[in-house]
Amino acid sequence: MEGFFQALAAGLLIGAVYGLMCVGLGLIFGVMRVINFAHGDFMMLGMYTAFYLFTAGGIQALLGNTVGPFVAILLAGPVLAVFGYFVHLALISHVSGTRTASLEGEGHYAQLILTLGIALILQNGGLIVFGSVLASIRTPLSSSAWELGPFFDMSIFLNKARSIDMIVSLAIMILLSLLITRTRIGKSLRAAADNPTAATYMGIDVDRAHRTAFALGCGITAIAGGLLATNYPFHPFVGLEYVIVMYAGVVLGGMGSIIGAFWGGMTIGLVQQMSTLILPTQLQNAAIFAVFLLIIFFRPQGFFGRMVERT
Amino acid sequence: MLPMRSLLPPLLFTLAYAGISIGVTNSYYQLILTLVPVWAVFGLSWNLLSGYTGLISFGHAAFFGIGAYATALGQIYFNISPWLLIPVAAMLGGVAGLLIGFPTFRLQGHYFALAMLAYPLAILYVFEWLGFQEVTLPIKRDAPLAFMQFTDPHIYTLLGLAILLATIVLTQMIERSRFGMALLAIKQNEAAAEAAGINTLAWKLRAITLSGAIAAAIGGFYAQVLLVVTPQSVFGMLVSAQALTVAMFGGVGTVWGPVIGSVILIPLAEILHAEAGARIPGIQGVIFGLAIVCVILLAPEGLFWKLRDLLRKRHASKATAGDTPETAAANVTALKPAARQRAATGEVVLEVRNLSRSFGGLKAVQDVSFKLHKNEILGIIGPNGAGKTTLFNLLNGFLKPSQGEVLIDGRNMSGQRPHVICEAGIGRTFQVMRPFLRMSILDNVVVGAYVRARTDEEARKLAADAVARVGLSAVADRVAGELSTKELRLMELARAIAGQPRILLLDETLAGLGHGEADEVVTVIQQLARDGMTIAIIEHTMQAMVRLVDSFLVLDHGAVITEGLPEVVTKDSRVIEAYLGKKWAGHAAN
Repeated sequence: MEGFFQALAAGLLIGAVYGLMCVGLGLIFGVMRVINFAHGDFMMLGMYTAFYLFTAGGIQALLGNTVGPFVAILLAGPVLAVFGYFVHLALISHVSGTRTASLEGEGHYAQLILTLGIALILQNGGLIVFGSVLASIRTPLSSSAWELGPFFDMSIFLNKARSIDMIVSLAIMILLSLLITRTRIGKSLRAAADNPTAATYMGIDVDRAHRTAFALGCGITAIAGGLLATNYPFHPFVGLEYVIVMYAGVVLGGMGSIIGAFWGGMTIGLVQQMSTLILPTQLQNAAIFAVFLLIIFFRPQGFFGRMVERT
Repeated sequence: MLPMRSLLPPLLFTLAYAGISIGVTNSYYQLILTLVPVWAVFGLSWNLLSGYTGLISFGHAAFFGIGAYATALGQIYFNISPWLLIPVAAMLGGVAGLLIGFPTFRLQGHYFALAMLAYPLAILYVFEWLGFQEVTLPIKRDAPLAFMQFTDPHIYTLLGLAILLATIVLTQMIERSRFGMALLAIKQNEAAAEAAGINTLAWKLRAITLSGAIAAAIGGFYAQVLLVVTPQSVFGMLVSAQALTVAMFGGVGTVWGPVIGSVILIPLAEILHAEAGARIPGIQGVIFGLAIVCVILLAPEGLFWKLRDLLRKRHASKATAGDTPETAAANVTALKPAARQRAATGEVVLEVRNLSRSFGGLKAVQDVSFKLHKNEILGIIGPNGAGKTTLFNLLNGFLKPSQGEVLIDGRNMSGQRPHVICEAGIGRTFQVMRPFLRMSILDNVVVGAYVRARTDEEARKLAADAVARVGLSAVADRVAGELSTKELRLMELARAIAGQPRILLLDETLAGLGHGEADEVVTVIQQLARDGMTIAIIEHTMQAMVRLVDSFLVLDHGAVITEGLPEVVTKDSRVIEAYLGKKWAGHAAN
């Protein structure tokens, strides 16, 4: 019983960060309908950006080991957003948005292969620049825990760093939903996502909306990556491990639904942690994919998606 | 069988490649030369499913890995020769394709693509857990030939090349058969394909089975070449990505795409790895990635199509110097003017009884009943949102009715799948045109002919006949992408009649046409009716309709307001009201 609640708590904590990570991708996917295979690698860049801002950027010296990492992580978001903005401008916009009409399969083939190419460049470029040594963003909070309880003779331990990760994730989620529901930018994003053609007629620059979504998505995932890095060491090829989790989360939540992507990520975190109760550790990831397949067979539109069919 | 002309390029390619590979003595280069056909075959297997049907699979490593592990484990545990194991692997791959395809084809578009991602990764972790982290094939010194272990690495290259040649020829045969046509039709528009009489699920299952079998076979061969199998190297995401990369780089949906991609990319990657990777680890990946990015920005649909378009353009600019084929219009107008007996009393071929369909609270079609007599032209009119297209969708099986019956020749067909209804003799066209832009007019029409044709030749004959009936014979060889709206409308008409339906449902066939153009299409439709076709047509252009139809069925808010002869219906105040509102109905009465 204690094991169950402990796994549940761990799942909720990691799930919130996975959720944020998926939201970054879900935003891009929902607005642009582009499968971005390089997204995990954008996250890897976010991890390294936070790492270097913290160590070499002087934040460690300025703010210390407890607050410093989180400030560095939050700063990595805007950096990656700018990076994403230019990647979209220079590369992705050539095969997406308003330019896809002339391409076969609405440009999906070109988008896939292009983002695969970008992923290769980022991974291997990362190897050259950062080296293959495992890095991590260390904070004393990573190795200490708060004790909840005891309730009925059992206590649940919450890792401090992960708990703060969760709080940061939730805060960013709230900010993002405010941005999307309350602001002009948010409106243009939703319009471009819902019906790009109609949005164009209403005077919305769809390509610019796409660029904004791409930049935002990169920034958000970068922050999620930084948060993960407080507990998990990383390397230049770490993106491959997470990009699959991200897509599973986005599909689970229902493509096009941003809050759905968050719950999709949360589900994956929970499945991953809870499966350790009954399955050997090596099968943890197999369990994620099995649950993923089960859910999309029974609810192909995801938790929050809707079926749209046109003849 | 394939004509000699199309067998020649693969044969020449194979011979040239074999010649080069025999000249190479460096064993590392020899390995690269072996890997090129391996990845080309894998790319072709991916292309067979994803390139032709448009359903992108991110999980082809599942089949590749199954083949590789079957070949490795069969030798270790059962001491079976790979000569036998590779065909067995192919069978396993085919079965896996069927098992994966059956549930996964319920998903569409991106959902399908991403669901496919999950299979190899789930299997990967299971294999790691089972303890197959690194499986080394046993060395058989006593019987190297029986276990496909050659001292001369050239033989591996030649074997790989033989598999490649076989796969190319197989793909070419499929491309030209009804199999390939069905897959292309699915890619363009699955719904339209169903309406043209194609059982889409059955063809997709055949495609994934064959694709899985080829991928597993080449996976088995790969294991045999490298002699070591690890879960990451055969089930990993990079393996699936390899199939996508070579195929998309070279060009999707053509037999040469994956071959071109593989011939360029594999040596490039390997040589970079060997030359530069030792000095700066990772530089090879960066250059490789840059090469892919650059090519895709310049040729987003792959090298093959870019080259073909370039050649075509040159060819076309030469041709225009001569004469442009402008004969289509002349041909149509040359048809005799309508002199058909108005027939509304013949036998009933289609009867609709109390047909209803609602979406949530919206009653899109309510309680519609009418009869269609043999050789009649029925015009279905009504304001926007009256339920006209929904009615057609109910008639041809896209939608299941909530209530009511659709009787074709007295048999109730309501609720049947579209391809079944098509076989029963109902053809249709669509409001939104769905031509196969890269295919010739004739090939576009052939897709529609397969529902009646038993052989490929028969299908071509039916198609040529249908093209002639709409007056497009003069331009039959042109690519659909070069046609005008009128020609496309006529082509869609030809596609619908190529399946020799007895009843034709035409959904706004005149939409988007100018006055003169609409007249030409009307002439064709009249000619079809004269030849014995029964037609129901949805249209807004009243002028054209009044001249064309025998009787009208007027819908508003999903229900029939009135039906009858054109001269009666157009004067009916309820019809005028539905179209123009109450105020104008009063005006018209005065």
